[in-house]
Amino acid sequence: MNVSQRRYGDKLFDIGLYCLMVIAGIVTLYPFLNVLAISFNNSVDTVRGGITIFPREFTLDNYATIFAFDGLLTGFKNSVLRTVIGTIVGVLSASMMAYTLSRRDFQARKWMSVLFAMTMYFSGGLIPGYMLMRHLGLIGTFEVYIIPAILSVWNVFVVRSYIDNLPIALQESAKIDGANDWTIFWRIILPLCQPVLATIALFVAVGHWNAWFDTYLFNNMKAENTTLQYELMKVLQSTQSGNNYRDPNAQQAIASVSPESIKMAITIVVTVPILLVYPFLQRYFVKGMTLGAVKS
Amino acid sequence: MKTMPSTEHGRSSAVNKRKRFLGRMIEHRYLYLMSLPFVAWIIVFSYVPIWGWLMAFQNYKPRFSILNQKWVGLDNFIELFTDERFYLVLRNTLGMSIMGLIVSFTVPIIFALFINEIKNQFFKRSIQTISYLPHFVSWVVVSGMVYKMLSTDGGAVNQLLMALHIIDAPIQFMAKGEWFWGIVTASDAWKETGWNSIIFLAAMAGIDQEQYEAATVDGAGRFRKMWHITLPGIRTTFMVLFILSIGHLISIGFEKQFLLGNPLVSNYSEVLELYALNYGINLSRYSYGTAIGIFNSVVSIILVFAANYIYKRITKESVI
Repeated sequence: MNVSQRRYGDKLFDIGLYCLMVIAGIVTLYPFLNVLAISFNNSVDTVRGGITIFPREFTLDNYATIFAFDGLLTGFKNSVLRTVIGTIVGVLSASMMAYTLSRRDFQARKWMSVLFAMTMYFSGGLIPGYMLMRHLGLIGTFEVYIIPAILSVWNVFVVRSYIDNLPIALQESAKIDGANDWTIFWRIILPLCQPVLATIALFVAVGHWNAWFDTYLFNNMKAENTTLQYELMKVLQSTQSGNNYRDPNAQQAIASVSPESIKMAITIVVTVPILLVYPFLQRYFVKGMTLGAVKS
Repeated sequence: MKTMPSTEHGRSSAVNKRKRFLGRMIEHRYLYLMSLPFVAWIIVFSYVPIWGWLMAFQNYKPRFSILNQKWVGLDNFIELFTDERFYLVLRNTLGMSIMGLIVSFTVPIIFALFINEIKNQFFKRSIQTISYLPHFVSWVVVSGMVYKMLSTDGGAVNQLLMALHIIDAPIQFMAKGEWFWGIVTASDAWKETGWNSIIFLAAMAGIDQEQYEAATVDGAGRFRKMWHITLPGIRTTFMVLFILSIGHLISIGFEKQFLLGNPLVSNYSEVLELYALNYGINLSRYSYGTAIGIFNSVVSIILVFAANYIYKRITKESVI
């Protein structure tokens, strides 16, 4: 075994490796590019098939059609609203709770930690949860998207382990300068936690943006509380099982644009906002994921 | 008489203790302010529903309060365990979760091993960014794409297989029950491989570089280094994650099955939670649906503790 042989083997390995990774990249991206191409392609032409990653007859008609749906605009508004409100609430509540649980001198720390940690191992289940929402009068409201999701215990523990790693001296010196716990939280803890807060903000926002089941379960009869994902799910399910989309609004549109093109255009509308955000937060969430997994 | 001073002392120290306790409470008033609302919230949203478990032992009718129901003992459970459909559903749940468990560890580890070998930083980062993308997309979108890719008229998978002459006619993937578990597992792998590899890559980054240098001097090739240094280096991470996921074997959720399934494949796609949803909410059999949920929770808790016990035996540490 000499050096040139080793070099040769190494080169071969690298070529194989790069090919494999490029294939993996194509397999990941192709469905997105395919959907994108079809969403911009003339819907009559699409039926002929054979669209890969470039549109054959470019058009914006599909998008014009879907944005004429009432349901889609309402859904878009609600999805944006729940994502914005839900993320602000989720990040603030998780960091407040995490800060109190990180304070070793806090007298209620122990039982509160246990109370929160326990919930990671059991849940009441679907039906009791549904009944609870009924009793609280949350069914058919917009609040059902926010209130049951105020806090994620997982996020609390992720933020707490981050705070635990901050130098305690900062808090102590602030205390000597006369700051109370409230000011310490807002002025010292929150700014220092920025990286981990960016991570959980991304998780919470994506969770809200992608949620559809709560709309299905609690708001399926309330058109004004619909969400984008639920609208997409309705279109997908109705055409997949072969039924026509029963919404008269939609049926009219289908006369001019095929359901296939509608599905693809909505899919892009739903996906693009995520695409615009996550690459910029990659540095943070990679770190956040690792931290969460190591500490728990 | 002799005991008097000591009780006196005891009382005063109790008073002192209470005073000190109240004093600390006032001192920590902001901490209470920041935590008690969430304590109340978690009690309402995570603990109160446990009360709902009583429904499983009743013939629950929503018009009456939970305390004014007809009690039926274990009838709902007996019905559940004698229902043939239940065993079918249990088989589907375990089948898909075991397949998912195997694939969600092996594929990301292999992927991480390869990523770890890429030397060009730009290429490495690009592939990683691309691989995280599907994780952030909803199952609704993914199910739409899966239907599209597997469709019989012009679906990419069928086209590719035909071009390679592996099949002569398109396969109706979504209409055949026996394909369903595989499709769910493969879609999950497509969606989560990049994401699940993050943690393994982090573990690999923590391996001492000197080991690789020493191995190179000893004449080890790339594969041997991967096998003898990288893989043993992530063993602890792997063990912790694997044991944690065993605890979740039965609670695999239902999103994928709900969205990818259709009436043609329901014998393979129905899982426990969908079964609970169909009976409990769509058919308004709340008590029966709750019984299914309880079965699910109890098995989960047993699995978590069993997994933790095994882990403790192996490493003398507790995950929980």
